[in-house]
Amino acid sequence: MRDFKRISVRRMTKRFGDKTAVDDFSIEFGKEEFVTFLGPSGCGKSTALNCITGLIPITSGEIYIDDECIDDAKTSVPPEKREFGMVFQNYALFPHLTVKENVAFGLKLRKLPKTEVEKRVDDALRLVHLEGYATKFPSQMSGGEQQRVAIARCIVLEPRLLLLDEPLSNLDAKLRVELRYELKALHERLKVTTIYVTHDQAEALALSDRIVVLKLGRIQQVGSPQTVFTKPANPFVADFVGYKNAWKGKIEVLKENGGTLGASVRTKGALIETKLSYPEGDPRRDAIIAAYKSGGSVTTAIRPEDIAVIGQGEGAARGEGNVIRCVADLVEYQGHANSISACIKGCEGERVDLHSASDIAFGEAFEACVDPEKVLVFAMPEASPARSAP
Amino acid sequence: MIAVRNKLKISNALFMIVIVLFVFIVLGILLTVVLNSFSKGWYSGLLPKVFTAEWYKYAGQEHKIPRLIGVTFLVAIADVLIGLLISFPAAYALARAEFKGKALLLSLFLLPMIVPPMAYGIPLAMLCYKFHLAGRVIGTIVVNLVPIVPFMILVLMPFIEQVGTNLESAAKMLGAKRGTIFAKVLIPLTTPGLLTAGILSLVKSISLFDLTYLIAGENSQTIVVALFTDAYAAGARPPQATDALAVIYFAIAMTCLLVSLRFVSPTQMVFKVK
Amino acid sequence: MKGRSRNGALLLLIPAIVFLVLLFIYPFGYGLYTSLTKADGSFTFANYIRFFTNERDLRTIGVTLGIAVPVTLLAVGIAVPLCYHMRRGVPGEKIISFFFIVPVTLGTVLISEGMLTFMGPNGWLNQLIMALHLAQKPVQFTHNYAGVAISVGLQGFPYAFLMLLGYISGINPDLEKASQMLGANKWQTFWKVLFPLMVPGIAISFCLNFVMAFSVYPSAVLLGQPSGPQRVIALAAYQWAFEKFNFNAASAISMIMAAIELLVIAVVLAWRSKLYKGASIVGKG
Repeated sequence: MRDFKRISVRRMTKRFGDKTAVDDFSIEFGKEEFVTFLGPSGCGKSTALNCITGLIPITSGEIYIDDECIDDAKTSVPPEKREFGMVFQNYALFPHLTVKENVAFGLKLRKLPKTEVEKRVDDALRLVHLEGYATKFPSQMSGGEQQRVAIARCIVLEPRLLLLDEPLSNLDAKLRVELRYELKALHERLKVTTIYVTHDQAEALALSDRIVVLKLGRIQQVGSPQTVFTKPANPFVADFVGYKNAWKGKIEVLKENGGTLGASVRTKGALIETKLSYPEGDPRRDAIIAAYKSGGSVTTAIRPEDIAVIGQGEGAARGEGNVIRCVADLVEYQGHANSISACIKGCEGERVDLHSASDIAFGEAFEACVDPEKVLVFAMPEASPARSAP
Repeated sequence: MIAVRNKLKISNALFMIVIVLFVFIVLGILLTVVLNSFSKGWYSGLLPKVFTAEWYKYAGQEHKIPRLIGVTFLVAIADVLIGLLISFPAAYALARAEFKGKALLLSLFLLPMIVPPMAYGIPLAMLCYKFHLAGRVIGTIVVNLVPIVPFMILVLMPFIEQVGTNLESAAKMLGAKRGTIFAKVLIPLTTPGLLTAGILSLVKSISLFDLTYLIAGENSQTIVVALFTDAYAAGARPPQATDALAVIYFAIAMTCLLVSLRFVSPTQMVFKVK
Repeated sequence: MKGRSRNGALLLLIPAIVFLVLLFIYPFGYGLYTSLTKADGSFTFANYIRFFTNERDLRTIGVTLGIAVPVTLLAVGIAVPLCYHMRRGVPGEKIISFFFIVPVTLGTVLISEGMLTFMGPNGWLNQLIMALHLAQKPVQFTHNYAGVAISVGLQGFPYAFLMLLGYISGINPDLEKASQMLGANKWQTFWKVLFPLMVPGIAISFCLNFVMAFSVYPSAVLLGQPSGPQRVIALAAYQWAFEKFNFNAASAISMIMAAIELLVIAVVLAWRSKLYKGASIVGKG
């Protein structure tokens, strides 16, 4: 493998006709890093991946490995010369070749001596726990085994960059988790620079050093799993990482107190008091102050697990702030807790989703409250230039 | 290291050459037949100098054209209907049931498509003469079933496999009888398959030549056989008259093809064997 | 319950089996029987011996193979790269497919009849050739080997093309990408991935094309010299049956035709299973 320090993608754009699939995409990958492209289907994450491999020609932008330009939209290094490895969602194993021949495919093309090919294939198969499968054909194997072969087929070539396109999404839930552990262990061991594409936030959080959240071909946020999970950059990312309750409202009162902002947001269903730890200079802080001053609307985002059911009458004692009065109209038992979906009393169409251990019955009226420190507030889209029009 | 993305590829050029050449030949053949049938004394030059319709009159006197067209369609339609009656149940059984010797039976059914008509046609023709089927329209219908039925089975099987047993099980659970399932569930669901098989076979049977040629007489031949006989006996008639008959055949076959292309795709015209 | 459904299934097969036995197996058997008997019904090999000792008849095998094999190879040989080029679709694909399907639908007779004029000494093709100064005098395309070969090829090529297009577009496009990512260039990807996966399709379209070309009859009669260099085996069988009314001899030739064809098909299928060992267990393409 030719060594390198970093791979940088600069302002990469891909248009199909008048549809922009990847828009102004810039990111740097450090060596040995595990980066995940996360987003819903159709967000351009797979297209971005294919553009980086060279399988899809880019419309504009550049891709560099250190100082070497491998693609600038006019000239490009063909995919087979980039020394990248790719694992496909549907495995893409060659059905006419045995497991061994599949794994040896790339090595044979490099005209390596036979004994070395044998040895490296054996090593790769051992690494993915498939010793003894060498002479089988792909169609004789389960989905999980096939995906292991696909991984072995890539890593045996020691690629500079390993790209995985939703590799686990065709597997059943149990196998998905198993193989996820294995992928993690494999990365710990081999330290291959990896780009991983998925729509599953759990996979992204579990595996990545950094997550790139995408929507409609544009990068929404780049950050560590912790950052993305606890400090989503905008309502879209918040929704995607589980802030299911998003309510629009207006800031009634704003108290600045050192590093924290206390904003009281009047939403349709409740008055939400918040404690936002946005330090000075944080653009989100400025945006909220601006929204307060201009009277523009904001969105509050709260996770279902951050809303708690409180006892009858307790709400009255607490006063108006952060108490939601609602009627349960969907209760799902989920083992560790109930997942409750309820409509907020007195306001048509506003809903609240929460997780609670309390036994709430269908149709039961109850009160819930929110921890002010767990609420996120975003200034509304028109104030946020990061979002693109659909 | 950096390779230029070449936009003008040699493969594109070669592709265009093959396509243009092929289209030129096919169009050329068809157009010359049509032009020649309307021409008088076209021996050189790009286009005929004198146009006439007299060859059609001539061809009409030589042949009973309405009868030829009638027999052609009668044979084609009868073959499609009888073919569907035979092949639909068979395709259903082959798609659904598992039994010993299924693979053998399937390959036996495909054999008439692999062995060309000329090889089994002569013994078949001998039998037709023996059983007095030769020279009668019924004989033409019977012999042309041989290539049609296997073709239909092959076209129908994937359509039946596609329906899936669930719907039939559901109908059974709701208390439907076998006959009812067939009529109320299976037939409506496989209508696209029946339509495809029917249309493809219709188009195919209009152009079937060898077997009809071997057994048909004056009154039981189809238009394509009459055309061959005319062309074979070149000199007996002016070539333009033969072309006039060819144009009539061409018009019929083309109409069927164009109508059929509204329902099926060109690749379906060629069956697919696994 | 299972037994009932099996019986039901077999019941449904009865019409087709009756059809197959009456119209195919029985005639075939009858042909075999006739070929092994004299006119009076006594057993003999004479019909076969006559064919193999009669130089004029024996030649027909070579003549027919001489048309069928090169034409089939050429048709499949052109169709494979063409389909490869069209595997992801090209602009105007519908119109192209239409022009390919036309000769298949129209059949040999019309094509041959049209070729007589179009490719004749004064036909458009020769007018074009002369206009382009590709030749000094008209090229002869009719009443010779070229005429028969072109006519058979025009029929066979679209068949091979449409069939192979179905095969190649059924191959998962990710396989090609995967091969590229593993370091294979276009050429290597074709030979190591696509071609092996196309082998079943190539084999079957070769077989069907060969069968069509081997039983060539109308083209040879209309466009060749049927009495001499293009006296094909089907014509020999026809002449024995309907000109000399010797059905025993004609049946023998029919059997020989069938045998040669089955032999060629067996060879091709053996080649296929040698090249494509995953065939028996690979369900999906």
